[in-house]
Amino acid sequence: MAATTDATIQAMLDRAAGEGIDLAWDRYQKQLPQCGFGELGLCCRHCLQGPCRIDPFGQGPALGVCGADRDTMAARGLGRAVAAGTAAHGGHAKHMAHTLLAAAQGKAPDYPIRDEAKLRRVAARLGIATEGREAAAVAAEVARAALAEFSEKETPLAWAAGTVTPGRVATFARHGVVPCGIDSTVSEMMHRTTYGVDADPVNLLLGAVKCALADYAACHLATDLADILFGTPSPVATRANLGVLKASAVNIALHGHNPLLSDLVAQVAGDPALVAQAQAAGAADGINVVGICCTGNEIMVRHGIPLATSSVSQETALVTGAVDALVVDYQCVMPSLASVADCFHTRVITTMPMAKLPRALHLELTEGEARATAFRIVGEAIAAFRQRNPARVQIPDGSVAAVAGFSAEAIVGALALLDQDDPLKPLVDNIAAGNIYGVCLFAGCNTVKVPQDANYTRMIEILAGHNVLILATGCASGAFARHGFMSPAATDRYAGDGLKAVLTAVGQAAGLGGPLPLVLHMGSCVDNSRAADVAVAVANRLGVDLDRLPLVASAPEPVTEKAVAIGTWAMAAGIPTHLGVAPPVLGSPAVTRVLTATVKDLFGGWLLVEPDPEKAAQALLAVLAERRQGLGLSA
Amino acid sequence: MEQIVVDPDRCTGCRSCELGCAVRHSKAKTLLGAISESPLPRKRLFVETFGGRTGPVICRHCADAPCVKSCISGCLYHDERGFVRRRKERCIGCWSCVAACPFGVITPDPVLGLAVKCDRCHKSAMPACVEACPTGALTLADLDAVAAAARRQVLAAEAGQKKGA
Repeated sequence: MAATTDATIQAMLDRAAGEGIDLAWDRYQKQLPQCGFGELGLCCRHCLQGPCRIDPFGQGPALGVCGADRDTMAARGLGRAVAAGTAAHGGHAKHMAHTLLAAAQGKAPDYPIRDEAKLRRVAARLGIATEGREAAAVAAEVARAALAEFSEKETPLAWAAGTVTPGRVATFARHGVVPCGIDSTVSEMMHRTTYGVDADPVNLLLGAVKCALADYAACHLATDLADILFGTPSPVATRANLGVLKASAVNIALHGHNPLLSDLVAQVAGDPALVAQAQAAGAADGINVVGICCTGNEIMVRHGIPLATSSVSQETALVTGAVDALVVDYQCVMPSLASVADCFHTRVITTMPMAKLPRALHLELTEGEARATAFRIVGEAIAAFRQRNPARVQIPDGSVAAVAGFSAEAIVGALALLDQDDPLKPLVDNIAAGNIYGVCLFAGCNTVKVPQDANYTRMIEILAGHNVLILATGCASGAFARHGFMSPAATDRYAGDGLKAVLTAVGQAAGLGGPLPLVLHMGSCVDNSRAADVAVAVANRLGVDLDRLPLVASAPEPVTEKAVAIGTWAMAAGIPTHLGVAPPVLGSPAVTRVLTATVKDLFGGWLLVEPDPEKAAQALLAVLAERRQGLGLSA
Repeated sequence: MEQIVVDPDRCTGCRSCELGCAVRHSKAKTLLGAISESPLPRKRLFVETFGGRTGPVICRHCADAPCVKSCISGCLYHDERGFVRRRKERCIGCWSCVAACPFGVITPDPVLGLAVKCDRCHKSAMPACVEACPTGALTLADLDAVAAAARRQVLAAEAGQKKGA
């Protein structure tokens, strides 16, 4: 099996193999065969009487020591994965809220409010008075409302209940899955999955849905606050893949998920004094900031910073020998980075107190001194550049163009150019007419278990060819960007006639002189809430609930527990959601049945597990046909 | 002659060999496919624990095999490579072999009414249990080489004793 389909990454894999540098794919080979009990979700380490395993072939034990059967075990495992994902998005969101509060109180001068209009829109949605009030006062109240979301309230999470359709709220209430606190819901899931608490698989899965809805709220909160602090993305032209690194510049790669530091590094990297310092060190082209993974997406959609590579291939950026500083915050940061960096001159810099790597330089991000820290980081990169061995630099050729930055606001804004009074009308009309057959949101990661990007690129060819409008977030957007699918040229090449006409009409109206890109890059993985916003707006405009829209989601190469949480809330939002790698639950026929079938009757969405991209695309097209027929549209 | 060799000191009791064995003897040949088959495929080796010792117990494919001797229907036989195998259609479910096997690695399949035993994965270069073992507790080794290694260990142990004395 090929490791990757990205030629620039393959070049680095070849180099690493030649130099004996082990990367994720090599470590995966050494892990094989992986444990079948773990793969099926049939092991439990939740108490010290374990570990327990259940024999999926029925000859060995059918029950753990406590009596938990395979259904209980698999459901508990899934619940804990959702809780971990929610904790991660919650932690990210909480950092944003603390910073917004500090900014509002004048304690974080490096974080001015950059999108006051969004601040006021979010405040209005929360029922916070905005009329005639200073931005700082509104921001303080929004930040406090945000922080209140984490503990247990007496009311539903505002960032969940206030951002979905009325129909969803009623459905969530009917099934008892309305979350009242982000951290408290995570805590509840840890409680109910500990020794001797919840053993009913269906009750556990409903708990997982409730936790996933808290994850949705956390994601939405993080996105809203990031936009307020750093600006709401709008379309921006940039480039992608490892070819964006420059031999003639100090290369700083920003990696992780949270924009709190990365945005500041992006802001200060153009500082004339720093650029002059870089040039004095011998870097004729000054400072070149590039992104990796979702921190990369955050600065790509806001600043047009080029994206070097994505999560699974993060180490290959270092194998170029051209990265002077790799600055990380948290999530999807491989512990192996420091050892790969040892083979080169690269300085790995950690920035979060809760996320350190052995042997890395730790420069802690604090709200009061964020800008100064960003300056120091660039200084470290320049110092590292002086130690760079030019003979060790191998940057693959062939970066490709990408247009990114399609926030919900930007999409509605572009549509408003066609119909000022009713911006969603062109979208709705084109869906009705079949020019847009449906919408597919691609999300998630890259995995060593699938040749990198292969599922994304095959599925988009089929879906876009059938006039499906493609949205993307996270490393899904990284995959599309690196392969050139995020360009107007890709629209001309791959879009069906109807989709091409729509994307061209909007692109022309927006003054692009050509079509919109084939994939609308909505941001990082936390920004899946942006896609939800568009879906909710369309549903409300049509007067139907989300579970009737011709809308599907796909995570064809998923990895993280965050992806499990997102997939679970997408399912609960009424969106049929494809997974290209099965979560570890298939050892329980009952849990598998609930997630792939029964849940459809409860929430309208379900999980569709299909490793084959061809079959997956066809299955999603069939779902879209069914949804279209349900709305009385041509299939 | 190659034989599956067990090193119980390396066995962590993970039972991956049992899963690998059952999957190899399924129709689907994949874990996810195998677990939904009916009847479920059956494993042919067993991870046991007793007296503080844990390890896989496997069919030794004995040259003078009690199971073959006990088989009254002509089902069990030695194939050309010396592996003790079944002619499935001849098994009458008398379970004589189950009782006769000194290692306890022949089991009755209650659904199909057949005696189930290791076939040494005779169609594959590598037995499934060896392939599945993450720690090297199960290896496929040349018997002569195993014996030679044991002889060298005897010498090493004697040398160590002399040094100690």
